[in-house]
Amino acid sequence: MTQWIADLMPHLMLAPILLPMLTAALMLFLREERQRLKLAMNLLSTLLGLGICAYLMRWTSSPASMAVYIPGNWPAPFGIALALDRLTALMLVVTYIVALAALVFSAARWHRAGVHFHSLFQLQLMGLSGAFLTADLFNLFVFFEIMLAASYGLLLHGSGRTRIQAGMHYIAINLAASSLFLIGVSMLYGITGTLNMADLARAIPQVHEADRGLLHAAAGILGTAFLIKAAAWPLNFWLVPGYSAATAPVGALFALMTKVGVYVILRLWTLMFSTEAGLSALFGSSWLILGGMVAMAYGAIGMLGSQRLTHMAGFAAIVSSGTLLAATGFGQNLLTAGLLYYLPSSTMAISALFLIADVVDRWRVDEGSGEPYEDEEAPFLNAELLPTEGFNLDEEEEVLIGRAFPAAAVFVGLSFMGCTLLISGLPPLSGFVGKFAMLSALLNPLGLGTSSGMQAGWTGWAMVALLIVTGLLALVALTRAGIRHFWANPEQSAPSLKVAEGLPIAALLLCCVTMTVQADDIMHFTQRAANALHSPDVYVRAVMGTRPVPAPAQKKAQEAAGPEAAARAAAQAEDAPPVAGISSPSADIAGAASPGRGAAEIETPAQLQERP
Amino acid sequence: MEIILALAIGVLTGSGVWLLLRPRTYQVIMGLALLSYAVNLFIFSMGRQGLAINKAPVLVNGVPQDLAHYADPMPQALVLTAIVIGFAMTALFLVVLLASRGSSGTDHVDGVHSRTEQEML
Repeated sequence: MTQWIADLMPHLMLAPILLPMLTAALMLFLREERQRLKLAMNLLSTLLGLGICAYLMRWTSSPASMAVYIPGNWPAPFGIALALDRLTALMLVVTYIVALAALVFSAARWHRAGVHFHSLFQLQLMGLSGAFLTADLFNLFVFFEIMLAASYGLLLHGSGRTRIQAGMHYIAINLAASSLFLIGVSMLYGITGTLNMADLARAIPQVHEADRGLLHAAAGILGTAFLIKAAAWPLNFWLVPGYSAATAPVGALFALMTKVGVYVILRLWTLMFSTEAGLSALFGSSWLILGGMVAMAYGAIGMLGSQRLTHMAGFAAIVSSGTLLAATGFGQNLLTAGLLYYLPSSTMAISALFLIADVVDRWRVDEGSGEPYEDEEAPFLNAELLPTEGFNLDEEEEVLIGRAFPAAAVFVGLSFMGCTLLISGLPPLSGFVGKFAMLSALLNPLGLGTSSGMQAGWTGWAMVALLIVTGLLALVALTRAGIRHFWANPEQSAPSLKVAEGLPIAALLLCCVTMTVQADDIMHFTQRAANALHSPDVYVRAVMGTRPVPAPAQKKAQEAAGPEAAARAAAQAEDAPPVAGISSPSADIAGAASPGRGAAEIETPAQLQERP
Repeated sequence: MEIILALAIGVLTGSGVWLLLRPRTYQVIMGLALLSYAVNLFIFSMGRQGLAINKAPVLVNGVPQDLAHYADPMPQALVLTAIVIGFAMTALFLVVLLASRGSSGTDHVDGVHSRTEQEML
């Protein structure tokens, strides 16, 4: 069985994209009444996807570190390439875990609130997985648009005036961001002549001096598009209204979307502006640090100032991505490892908070608010939190209500406490471990005991202070909300909580607990992922060195020419001259003279055509 | 030719951004459309050898196969994708705009009636 899966390997990395696409397409054939079947298909597909992603993650950590797949069988800079490394695998696993939780939660009620929820959900997954897997800038744009188009539909799911308003703002800002994305991509193509990320990394040190300013402008414009997605200050005012207007499972899924922006910045910035990028080394790092740090402060103050739990979750997402962006900007190996540990734990905690907020809101909802909450669970309390008139809470009734799910209030309260610990970064859960790893890396840039004399600069100290202060503010805000919702009114009845709603919240928190228990292994994994990010020539060599599979006719011709010729061809394919690394001065900008491309076996017309 | 293209991009972007910042949804969608035209033209001008004039991106027998004799086909492929995606997104935005108009009864982007008559002009 394992051997069979291992044989599938280079092709298996297509599955996180193809599986959701196929499922979504199949579900479009089904009529809207067949919700149960769609739900079953969706669940099955997401579960299968999670299994595959977990296998891919194991694969990247054991035999090899990277896999490159060229779907069109063209060598790297010309065709589309997909690359799987540890960072990608980590993001895929987090995506599928959060998606599965959101889906199970939606099965309780929300998936019936509008049409095509399940198809849109799968398309969203496809866009997310594609954005994580692609090794090509324009493909990244296409997957971004798939992801965004699905997210527009999902945000409007459930309808209602607030959602339409929030949806309109969300679409407008994202369309503007897409324009910036296109401008940046086309400028980069105009300057370097390539859209392949690995080839781009190779081309940037060789860019002509006169074009250097233009290159930086292009990178800045492209980066702005991603910073809008990643919610860096001051590009994040759209986030809180949008995310809090969405239905709870969609909000939980959206907690991932800011992380896509962070992922892309982490990936592109370490590839394009690594320390080996010559004059452009670490371009924009101060902007990342500054934007991230202000976003942290803004998010923490926002958390303190918000009343609604969904708003609080939205601001927590801003704090989390601000932390990640600022930590990325330092460009330090150990810090990156810490942030890669912090990323999954904070994402899962914020998703869980969105889900809990829905349960709590429904528990506390007043009758007149006009929210499209579904019918059968009538709210027990009115706006003043007093028992609704005509709703008799005498002893018999109380027993009747309490019998439904007596542990519900305890469960919701405890999971809210877990979320508080995770988001504010208090021990003993993984939020603390992640923050501690980042603090330690900031104060000892080269590792404990070996960094004597190395001082964190003022940005480092500011980051240390912000990490601690934002944690404190988040703690204050969440504790206050917890007191208000769980303690302030001792007479309230138990919340109505279905198993399908409790399960995903518990599962997300359990994942965080597992991350805490397994912190050693996971930190090793993220450390190796960070090492790979900060030495981009591994990535570049893997992508640029991938040879196309010879066509059957060609193979036959080689075999007919005699065994020696076939062996020689095979050997040639195996040790094709190594592709010039980014530090090699011989590769020219367009790369036409680089040996890697000279060794390509088939010269297609398109290849000739693209050569300047 | 460069100056004409540059002016066109500049005027389209300028009017697009101005309209995007207006309070009425109709103006916003017009602004987004103009902005996407500007971006499409911009992509078009971003070939490897700059703007190619009087050159087709199709290979012809007997003509040397390099960018000195052909337009760069890459931006044309990019612009095609960008046009299609931009068109789809504008259509989607239009639907949301109409839904918003229907649910709130006003053309204002925030779904509230404007405070002054002047604001909606």
